[in-house]
This record gives sequence, structure tokens and C-alpha cells, in this order.
Amino acid sequence: MQVDLRILRYDPERDQKPHWESYAVECDPKMDRVLDLLHRVKYELDGSLTFRRSCAHGVCGSDAMLINGRNRLACKLRVEQLGKRRITVAPLPGLPVIKDLVVDMDDFFDKYKSVQPYLVNDSPVPDTERPQSPTERAIYDDTTKCILCAACTSSCPSFWAQPAYVGPAAIVNAHRFIFDSRDEGGDERLEILADADGVWRCRTIFNCTDACPRGIRITQAILEVSSAIVGRRI
Amino acid sequence: MRLEHDALIVGAGGAGLWAAVELAKAGVDAAVLTKMYPTRSHTGAAQGGVCAALGNLEEDHWEWHMYDTIKGGDYLVDQDAAEILAREAIETVIELEHMGLPFNRTSEGKIDQRRFGGHTRNFGEGPVRRSCFAADRTGHMILQTLYQQAIKHGVRFYDEYHVVDLLSEGGELGSGGRAAGVVAYRIADGGLHTIRAKAVMLATGGFGRMFRITSNAWSLTGDGVALAYRHGVPMQDMEFYQFHPTGIVGIGILLSEAARGEGGILLNGEGERFMERYAPTMKDLAPRDMVSRSIYQEIRAGRGIDGKDYVYLDVRHLGRKVIEEKLPDITDFARVYQGVEPITEPVPIQPTAHYAMGGIPTDVLTRVTRDAAGTIVPGLYAAGETACVSVHGANRLGTNSLVDLLVFGRRAGRQIALDVPGVGMPDVAPNADASAAAEIEALRGSAGRESAPRIRRELADVMMDNVGVYRDEGLLTAALNEVRELRGRYAKVGVDDKGTVFNTDLLEARELGYLLDCAETTVVAALARKESRGAHAREDFPERDDAHFLTHSLATRAEGGPTLTYKPVTITKFQPKPRTY
Repeated sequence: MQVDLRILRYDPERDQKPHWESYAVECDPKMDRVLDLLHRVKYELDGSLTFRRSCAHGVCGSDAMLINGRNRLACKLRVEQLGKRRITVAPLPGLPVIKDLVVDMDDFFDKYKSVQPYLVNDSPVPDTERPQSPTERAIYDDTTKCILCAACTSSCPSFWAQPAYVGPAAIVNAHRFIFDSRDEGGDERLEILADADGVWRCRTIFNCTDACPRGIRITQAILEVSSAIVGRRI
Repeated sequence: MRLEHDALIVGAGGAGLWAAVELAKAGVDAAVLTKMYPTRSHTGAAQGGVCAALGNLEEDHWEWHMYDTIKGGDYLVDQDAAEILAREAIETVIELEHMGLPFNRTSEGKIDQRRFGGHTRNFGEGPVRRSCFAADRTGHMILQTLYQQAIKHGVRFYDEYHVVDLLSEGGELGSGGRAAGVVAYRIADGGLHTIRAKAVMLATGGFGRMFRITSNAWSLTGDGVALAYRHGVPMQDMEFYQFHPTGIVGIGILLSEAARGEGGILLNGEGERFMERYAPTMKDLAPRDMVSRSIYQEIRAGRGIDGKDYVYLDVRHLGRKVIEEKLPDITDFARVYQGVEPITEPVPIQPTAHYAMGGIPTDVLTRVTRDAAGTIVPGLYAAGETACVSVHGANRLGTNSLVDLLVFGRRAGRQIALDVPGVGMPDVAPNADASAAAEIEALRGSAGRESAPRIRRELADVMMDNVGVYRDEGLLTAALNEVRELRGRYAKVGVDDKGTVFNTDLLEARELGYLLDCAETTVVAALARKESRGAHAREDFPERDDAHFLTHSLATRAEGGPTLTYKPVTITKFQPKPRTY
């Protein structure tokens, strides 16, 4: 089957502003993923097409992009699933574009780092593992799945309106530690997220949850963090 | 721009990150360079677990783990290194837990453990629960946890910098020189940066992209191995490349051995559990080289599914709860990429190129060595899949890749912290980046008509078809001729993208050069090893030949192709025996 692949191209060394380019690409809709189409363009038609990718099976988080209007991983989306012959691909919204489908991720990672995304536990280290029951482990299981692809944060209207907002991905990663029974840094993390650009910016629009390629219940995680902030203040 | 650090780590997977954390904790000025963002590294794709003889569910001992590792590697393992691996696995796993890794837990709150291929109780009596795991995303959790620790300890990162040359002082790295730093290409703007360092650690992973069907990420192009080789450091044991038995048909995405560790089985076209014939004791949990060969034998005998070139992985009998709780990611992969529902359907699989047992030779302190006598290259270190220490010998056991990068990544950090206070900052010429700059500009400006993607595809085809699970003289000779022809064509490669900003066209063409180096040494070493051992199966020499080949190969760069020398295997506790499961 032939698809009409439309890609929003931008080369800062040549272009004043982004523009759409259209490519007729042959594909097997059952097997081929959008990433395969991008590779076909790059390797057979125009080597200058630029995008990030690495693992090509949805675990490294490199190739999140806006595909037919939704943030998806190009490697985890088969053409058949789109159900259309016209496929549009653009960079993640709300982040500065470096070139073609490559966006600047530095601010995204800085926000991740700002929530102390690491276990805080200053008590003496035992000789064996710190115990944790399967029930305690299950509480934060969902938020350990995050691959930091930015599909959630860059789909969030609150983030588009207020770029200082820490964003769903950072809150997910704070949640992963706040609800870990071994962690002792919860109060400080909640303090950070109680800031004006923290969890209160969330308007429970659920775009993040829809966008997450790992199926993380992000809005719920944000609400659990908000409740924890309220709970500790009372 | 010129920069300097006491220690410079190239690669931000598990080995590089753990080394960085050790160095930061020791107060050493260390920096990590990666051509991606650290969390994109391929450690994150590891699924099934990390073995350590914790004995949380049944009796286990590090000696058993050591023995399994040596037998799994078909006795080409250096036994002093295997002893370190098995002993220190225990403390590194506990330390990871203390760092926050969310392992699955037993009902008593201990780290849960499951069975894995080739890991046995009491020296081969049957499977043992040794693999510590976090669902089937153990590697993801290791990568995340170590990156988190690196953030906590303030490690300096150079994200999206591509290392394009290694620098030395006092001669080449292969002839007495000392490592002095790197030249790095900043992907965002194409700028070249000379970074001096007292210690350089290579942790750039493997080179599975030289095969057509592989579980490996696009980024795994052997950069560190090939750069060291170009400066005179040999590549060790390149003929041993592991094909994992259970890849998704056609695209090679891995379905973890954990599926069989939890009780999954392999079925041929007649619905037979064929591994019972090949490995009566361990059955589906035999080591990967044996299982991959068994699958090929079934396919050749016409017992693939519908006579085709794949068999089934069947987990249906495990039930929905076990599948969804302990194997959620690979279940998702089967659904997304094959449209198969593992809870109700068997999953079509075939072997996929997975792991390089070979790489940069090092001693057990991760110091790079450059000859059969083990002469050290001062200031140069390597760990993880990039390195060959050698704990995997001729065939790696499942989970031991993670054990390797944790144990030896940690050792690298500690060793570098001991070594750097005693040395000064090396001298580097003001134009140290001239050679890399000339190469890059020549490639960018080339009028050549050859296409790097086309050469890469042809390379991947010939490596898959001729240098795969089974080999013989005819296949390998044809492969060598073709690889050399592709090398000739590579000299005439041109790129479409002439720009400086995020030029992946240019960088992928460079990566192809690294893959060609790795492929050529692999074929040359495979031709010379006229025996079958572990993952290297010669149909014209089907037996293991300890009298002639109980020895590591070293391929050193020379005009007209690599030259081979050999170095002895270290044997301490376990004499070579016939290998049955």
C-alpha cells in the first residue's frame, strides 16, 4: 500500500520557518511502523530528514512525535492502527524545534531533575535488602514505567499556556518516590510540587494519560500527589 | 573548544553510569559523554533480570553461579573473572536495592527471584531461582536507578556528543601510549570539542546492528570498540556473537528468556516440546546457543510452524495473572508488533542477533590490555558489552550481561578513583582534533555516489546469512570477500545532508565505518577458529577442540586486514568437560 506521508520539515540553516513536505511511501500496513516509513524516506529519498530513534520498540523514549494530531512513539505505531492513507508527522508541540522532528529536551530533563528523582534514605544501610511488601511495591508500580519520552508533558495544554509548569512527566517521577515505602524525602518533594508551577497547574484534561505510550495513569498519579500535599498540610 | 576532566566516561548505559556514580562519591571530577540522552541507553531494554546467588527462595551459592557461567561459556571464560562476577553480583544487587531499584518482592518482603537459562543448582542438577527482577523491565529500572543516582551525586553529563576520536600521549594506545582524552562532536551544532582526561573509560555497548535481524538498538554500532581498534588496541573473541532464541519474527525485538524462566515452552510445527530432545535436564532453559541451534535444526528438518522458518513460544498455560504481572512488557510487544495475544495464542519466534561476547580486552580491574601478555594501556578502561574481561567466554548466560556491567562498571569507577590521583593531566597537541576534523569534512564534502544506508543493509544481510548461528568455511570466505568489497565502496560514500545542525546523515555514515571494522574482525576470527564452541558453530568442524582452541583470539588492525594472535584462558577451579544440559 502507498501512503502519503507529510512531514513538517525545518532546517535552521536553510529555512525561515517550518514547512510541510509530502512523500509517497510504499509500506506493509500490518508490519510497518511509522518509524519504518521515516527510515524509508531518510534512506531512500532524502538523507537529510532528521529524527531521533534508538531501541525501536518503545522502551528508550527517543522517538515521541506528533502523528496524525496525537503524541505517539513512531516505533510503537503500526500504519494499520492509524487507519488512514495520509499520515502527518510533526515535532512534539510546545518544545523548541532544533531541526525537523528533533526538539530541544534540555528544559524537559531539567524539570525532571528538579523534583529530586532519586531515593532519599539516610538511615543506616542494612547488610541485605531493605524489606518491602508486594503490596507496598504495587502502590508505585505504575509510575516506575516512565521512559521520559515527553509525550505527556508536550501534550498538556497547561504546559503550553505556562511553560514554567513542571509538567506531568516530572510529577510522575516524583510520585514514583513519594509513594515508595523506603523513601524519606517525600516532604521535600511535596514542598517543591506545591509551588505555583507545580501540581496545581494541572486542570485534569487527561491529554497526558491519553498520550502515554506506557499506559501510565498519569492524571491519577498527579491527583495522588495533590492529595498528599493537602493531606500533609492538614 | 578545549575542556578537561580527571575522568571521562564514554557511554551512559549501566556500566558507564555506575562508574560515574562511584567516581562522584569518591570526589573525582568525572564526566559522562553520550551520543543520546542517558536514559536512551540500551541497558534499558534488558528485560528478564539480574542473577545473584541471594538464595531468597531456595538454596544457592556463588560457586554454583560461577560454575554455570564457565560451563555456559563453553570453558572459554576466564575463571578468575567469573569468580569475581558471581561473588560481587550479590553485593551489587543489594547495593542497587539500597539505591532504590524497585525489585519485585516475595511475600516476606525480600527480592523475588526466578529461573533463567543455564542457571542451575548444585553444578547442573536442575534450574535454580537466581534471577532478581523488576517485572520484565529490569534493565529499564537499572538504567533509571543509576541515572537517578548520577543526578543525586552531581555527575556532569555531555548529552548528545558523539565521540569521534581517542587521544593519547607518548605514542599510540596500542604501542605504549597513554590515554589522554577524546575528541567529541556536539550533535546539536557540529562543533568539535577536545576533552583531556587522566582516565578514559569506554562503555559504548555492542554492535548488533551489523546483523539484519537483531534485538539491538540503532545506536549499537561498536563505536568504542572500533575507535580503540583504530589506535592499535585489539578486539578479543570477536567470533563469538550470541543469537537469542526468542526474537519476534522478522524484526528481532526480544521476548525475554524470563518467559521460559516462568515456565513458558518452545513448540515446533508438530506441537512438540522439542527442547526435551536436545537438553533432557534443562529443556527450554538450556543456554541460548543450544536453544538457537535446536530451533535451526527443527526448521531445517521441516518442523518449523507450517514448514516456515520460525517456531512457537507458548506461555498460555501460565495463566493471565502471571503473564500480566510478571511479563507485561513482552506481552505488549507481541500484541503491538505481531498482533498476537500471548494469553490465548502461541507467539511466533526466531533467533535474533543479541550480544557480543567479544570486545575490548581488559583485566579484572577493567584496565584495557593490548596483547597476549596482558600489557596494560595506561589510562584506558572498559566495561560492559564493549569490554571482554572475559566472563562470557564463548556464550553468555541470560542475565549475566547485567551482572557484568554492574560488577565491572562499579570496579571501573573504583579503579579509576584509585589511579587518577597519582597521574598528571596529559599533554594534548593544540591541533589534536585535526585528524577527526579532516575525516568529518571529507565525508561531508564528498562527491562520492555510494549510499551508506545501502552498504549497511548489504552488510547486515551478509552477516546474517553467512555469519549467523551456523557457519562454515565457504560461507565465511564469501562473507569476508563481501565485507571487504563493502569497505571499498564505503570509501566512496557521500551524504545528502551537508549541514552542521543535528546531522544524523553524517553520523550514521561514520557509524557504518565502525560496524565494518567489527564485521571484518568477526569474520576473520571466525574463519580461523576451526572448531565449534559456544555460539561459534562450524558445520565443517562440529566438535570443540581444546587441544588447539582453548584460547582467546586477539584481532589487531594491520594493513590489508586484521592479524590474529591468541592468549591463554585462565582456568582456576573447573577443568573443561563435555557440555551437556
